[in-house]
Amino acid sequence: MEKLNLGHKNIVPNSIKQVLTMLKYSLLDYVGSRRFFVLLIIVAIIAIMLTAVMAYFRPADSLASPLSFYSNWWGESSTLVIILSAVFFGGDAISGEFQNKTGYFLIGNPIRRSAIYIGKWLAALMASLAILGVFALITIGNGLYYFGLSGLPSQFLEALLFSIFYMVSALGLTFFFSSMFKSSTVAILTTVILLLFAFSLIQALVANLAHVEPWFIITYGAQIISNVLMNPYPPHVSTTSVHSAAGSIASSKAISITTYNASIFEGLMILAAYFLVTIIIGPILFERKEFT
Amino acid sequence: MANPLLQAINLTKRYGQFTALSNLNIKIVGPKCVGFLGPNGAGKTTTLKLFTDMIRPTYGHALINGVDVHKNKKIALSMVGTLIETPEVYPSLTEKEALFMIAEIKGVPHKFLERSVKEVVNKVKMKRWLDQKVGKMSKGMKQRINIAAALLGDPDIILLDEPTSGLDPRGMSEVREIIKDLKKEKKLIFMSSHLLSEVSEICDEVALINHGKLMAYGPINEVTSRFSNGRTAIIEVSTIRPLQSSVIKRIRKINGVRGVDILDTKRFNLRLFGGIDAQQKLLESLVKLRIGVISFKPSASALEETYLSVFKETV
Repeated sequence: MEKLNLGHKNIVPNSIKQVLTMLKYSLLDYVGSRRFFVLLIIVAIIAIMLTAVMAYFRPADSLASPLSFYSNWWGESSTLVIILSAVFFGGDAISGEFQNKTGYFLIGNPIRRSAIYIGKWLAALMASLAILGVFALITIGNGLYYFGLSGLPSQFLEALLFSIFYMVSALGLTFFFSSMFKSSTVAILTTVILLLFAFSLIQALVANLAHVEPWFIITYGAQIISNVLMNPYPPHVSTTSVHSAAGSIASSKAISITTYNASIFEGLMILAAYFLVTIIIGPILFERKEFT
Repeated sequence: MANPLLQAINLTKRYGQFTALSNLNIKIVGPKCVGFLGPNGAGKTTTLKLFTDMIRPTYGHALINGVDVHKNKKIALSMVGTLIETPEVYPSLTEKEALFMIAEIKGVPHKFLERSVKEVVNKVKMKRWLDQKVGKMSKGMKQRINIAAALLGDPDIILLDEPTSGLDPRGMSEVREIIKDLKKEKKLIFMSSHLLSEVSEICDEVALINHGKLMAYGPINEVTSRFSNGRTAIIEVSTIRPLQSSVIKRIRKINGVRGVDILDTKRFNLRLFGGIDAQQKLLESLVKLRIGVISFKPSASALEETYLSVFKETV
């Protein structure tokens, strides 16, 4: 048999090059996977349904101005697309290395686990951005149909940018939870429950009942995506008194509901904090986890 | 090229109260094949995982070419090929992409990537499926890709955990041939296996482990002799010419020989009483008989007897 002698000596690349290698092949894996197409179909269905509703019912509040159109369309649904992408590409990105045993193919090589983590994270971000990009294109397509090129408000571009920040942050969080668990199912369920339900619930309880600004919750920070599409930008704090239904106003007990809205700066800081904390702790957790 | 070196110093791995590996001390130097034997749960895979930084030692050190794997993984594993358990490859990648990924991680220069991958793929006979997605392949095909990945970058040291697992008989035979070729290329191969015939056929040395403790390590002859103390060792001899019955009678009369079992016209097993010295004298006697000895090795059954003897005693 032919001897492997290529007359060269391998020099293990530095970690940055290895991150790029992981990025390249993880992206190929993501884009070629069934889940990419499933998510693409889900996003297409959401967009088609929105298009159909808009075309058939022609809701007056949505079509009143370009800003209200983008607010109702992008402000209401882009976070769902972002969360779905983060869960689809990040939910089992690290836990799958253990459960599916793909880690055994990689870890025995001269590469740091943090390089694998970062490379996969970047690949997940690119795949997610592709999905978000498709949704944005359909949104803009509809906007152009109803309002023309001049009807593309600058606030939408801001919202798009904030959506990318939220994507970065949400992916950091899903990768973090994925590195906490060896079971993909547990990791995915945890992130789905947190991002779709738990954070919103905690945010509502903390703001409305405890009257404390939920500055520590990622979904609170992500509200800047929809808020920036409002004119004027909603106030930082607003309190509404609600009277119980039974009895007269004079005899009933008033309940005050406090609503908080993060300023753009505050929202960006929350998203940045989530990203920074998770992108630092996640790789450490992955480094420490054993392939038993 | 310096002699490849694998060394464990007081290597210990505990999971709570359970000790998976206890104070393993072993030094394997130079190009050779070492079989790593032991029953299930003996600590074989744990040892290999410690040598690849898949798990951390509780204490002790796993050194490759003098470099602590846990402290400096990238340098320690820079010239190592590994196959631990039965890895899975990202299912949406093609075979070619998966191997390119590993080659790039290992630092195979860009201009040699194509050729490196082609060579390892030829070795494991997977050339036809280069552009097929790994997710659609059988377990045996995936294991061949895993072996190919371990060979990428022309490593000096190859760590294999039951490399023929999941392969059909032809695949197993081909992997054995690959390992034999690697031996010729002056590599150090450290492989765990449950197949004693495989180890006996391929390996020069054997390490026996049980309950996380090293029971024996050395050349197969030496280890089988040590444990055949007071018993009969079985030596398999092959000759270049068919044996005459008169010669067989003379062989039976050699000091220490307790019996001759003819396997075929040019191959027979000798049951020999005594240790390594007796084996040396037997070989000298056979050479003097001018029967054209071309192979003289402990038979697989000798290793099996040793295995059963060692692991019966430790249960």
